[in-house]
Amino acid sequence: MSFFSYFVSGISLGSIYALIALGYTMVYGIAKMLNFAHGDVIMIGGYVAFTAITTMQFPVWLSICISILACIILGVVIEKIAYKPLRNATPLAILITAIGVSYLLQNVALLIFGSAAKSFTSVVPKFSVELGGVSITGETIVTIAVAVLIVICLSIFINKTKSGRAMLAVSEDKGAAQLMGINVNSTISLTFAIGSGLAAVASVLLCSTYPQISPYTGAMPGIKAFTAAVFGGIGSIPGAMIGGVVLGIIESLSKAYISSELSDAIVFGVLIIVLLVRPTGLFGKKFNEKV
Amino acid sequence: MKKLIAMSLAAIMAVAGLAGCGNQAAETDGENTLVIGGIGPVTGAAATYGQAVKNGAELAVKEINAAGGVNGMTLKFLFEDDEHDAEKSVNAYNTLKDKGIQLLMGTVTSTPCVAVAEKTFEDNMFQLTPSGSSVDCITHDNAFRICFSDPNQGIASAQYIADNNLATKVAVIYNSSDVYSSGIYEKFATEAANKGLEIVAAEAFTKDSATDFTVQIQKVKESGAELLFLPIYYQEAALILTQADKVDLDVEFFGCDGLDGVIAQLGDQAALADGVMLLTPFAADAKDEKTVAFTTAYKAAYNDEIPTQFAADAYDAIYVIKAALEKAEVSDANIAVSDLCEKLKAAMVEIEVPGVTGTMTWTADGEPTKDPKAMYIENGAYKAR
Repeated sequence: MSFFSYFVSGISLGSIYALIALGYTMVYGIAKMLNFAHGDVIMIGGYVAFTAITTMQFPVWLSICISILACIILGVVIEKIAYKPLRNATPLAILITAIGVSYLLQNVALLIFGSAAKSFTSVVPKFSVELGGVSITGETIVTIAVAVLIVICLSIFINKTKSGRAMLAVSEDKGAAQLMGINVNSTISLTFAIGSGLAAVASVLLCSTYPQISPYTGAMPGIKAFTAAVFGGIGSIPGAMIGGVVLGIIESLSKAYISSELSDAIVFGVLIIVLLVRPTGLFGKKFNEKV
Repeated sequence: MKKLIAMSLAAIMAVAGLAGCGNQAAETDGENTLVIGGIGPVTGAAATYGQAVKNGAELAVKEINAAGGVNGMTLKFLFEDDEHDAEKSVNAYNTLKDKGIQLLMGTVTSTPCVAVAEKTFEDNMFQLTPSGSSVDCITHDNAFRICFSDPNQGIASAQYIADNNLATKVAVIYNSSDVYSSGIYEKFATEAANKGLEIVAAEAFTKDSATDFTVQIQKVKESGAELLFLPIYYQEAALILTQADKVDLDVEFFGCDGLDGVIAQLGDQAALADGVMLLTPFAADAKDEKTVAFTTAYKAAYNDEIPTQFAADAYDAIYVIKAALEKAEVSDANIAVSDLCEKLKAAMVEIEVPGVTGTMTWTADGEPTKDPKAMYIENGAYKAR
């Protein structure tokens, strides 16, 4: 009984990681770059939703749309200004730039919204489901449903549509794709637009589950989700989903049975072991569906 | 290499010394102004604390000057940002020394405070920290503080819970990556054992895992605890209260001064804070004359913001400095830093100051003696127990 309840908290935590990890894996799979600013795009999305819901009193659906739109614009602008000029630079230069963008966003948010955490009103109506004596909150159910829906939509989009297949081509060989008449720049911009839109969705659910928002809200979940993406095999969309959930479960169970203090150490320890045994992550090779 | 460093340090000190002289010379032909320095984070993650201290101190200085100053001296308050970083704090202290401060009201947070305390001790400059609660902040005899020390809060909490028969089985959730929280917890655990309280669950979290508490709460629930002690800050406490509500955790909640602010943090879920008890020296909603006057003045001066405990500590600190200056009969603002320190040190142990955070006296080790006030929250407001 208690094991099951810890397991469920793990799934609930993991579904959030999974949702964020989808954005990481999407951008990495196509642009082959680690967008470390993803966590902070999430934070900005959260603030936009917060402002729309609490300050402007907009309805929830409209607030989520505004947040998605704002994140898409932000993501495309970041890509244009910070990453595009470095398209042919070493991966290290882009990585450092991404870290710079991450700090820039954090400090801009600090300037605009201040350092105190603001209380976020959950967008999910209050309900819960009893399962084997353990109640599962509405936020968890919605998060899992949304994550699964996104995995399905993304897979269809990438494999069935023209722009999706263009993304696949760009991810395999930029030069060859360009020769085949694919506009590489606009394809990468589209990837960033989708990744940032996902960030907005993740932000709304993250802030609903843990109803607070501060300039550092995105930082730690971002790193954990990145770990989840690597764990599942970065670049693989189902891998990010499963990596996130598994990571959440490991974290919860080690908090419950080993030590609440050491849970992070255990999570990252497991990551190291997985990478030593399978350097490409759990689904890195098995699923040949590199987006 | 060492020689080079020593030489350059000497050069810097010489320049700093000259600058200090220059400032003091400038003051002699001006008014009789005593310069108080202040250091704290006004940017970065701990910015709320530094900003509150800055506001509280500036308000007190304004009031004192408007009422005619201290012994014919006007007070001047200079504040520098340290971003809650020890190195930056020491730099800020050097900057303030260049600007001619004669005593220091700071620093706001514990870690930088420990570093700066070493410097003020070398210079024999009087230091009064409003909110540096770690034991090491005031190890030297030139340093005093306004707030409770961490161990004192832990001991007082255990005593309060035991003496009022609030519970016999107690659970704790604390932040093991924070000196404030773990410091209180350790002393609480020792005192709880003395008082016959049983700690049935002690769950930790760290600053990197401070959003999801469902597992810790589940363990508290299974432990059969009657009371959950939360020696943590209000941001995490607000999350714990919301998550505990979702699993219907039926315990009493008890916290320390870090919980101050939890009502505002909960926003439209403020009802969850009902019944939460906390030991705190200051509550903005208290109805005594001093608190009402301070809260009204603070709100008028700062955009209707409700003062926190940090603002109150700083406000008291400036009035404590005033009381000590009066006791030591300092009336010439051109007094040397070291002489001022000796006089204030002697005066501190003799004064009794009725402040907004309680009536305080000091012992020579720099610790204040004042009673923590037990409050509980009802309908979004503090009530004295």
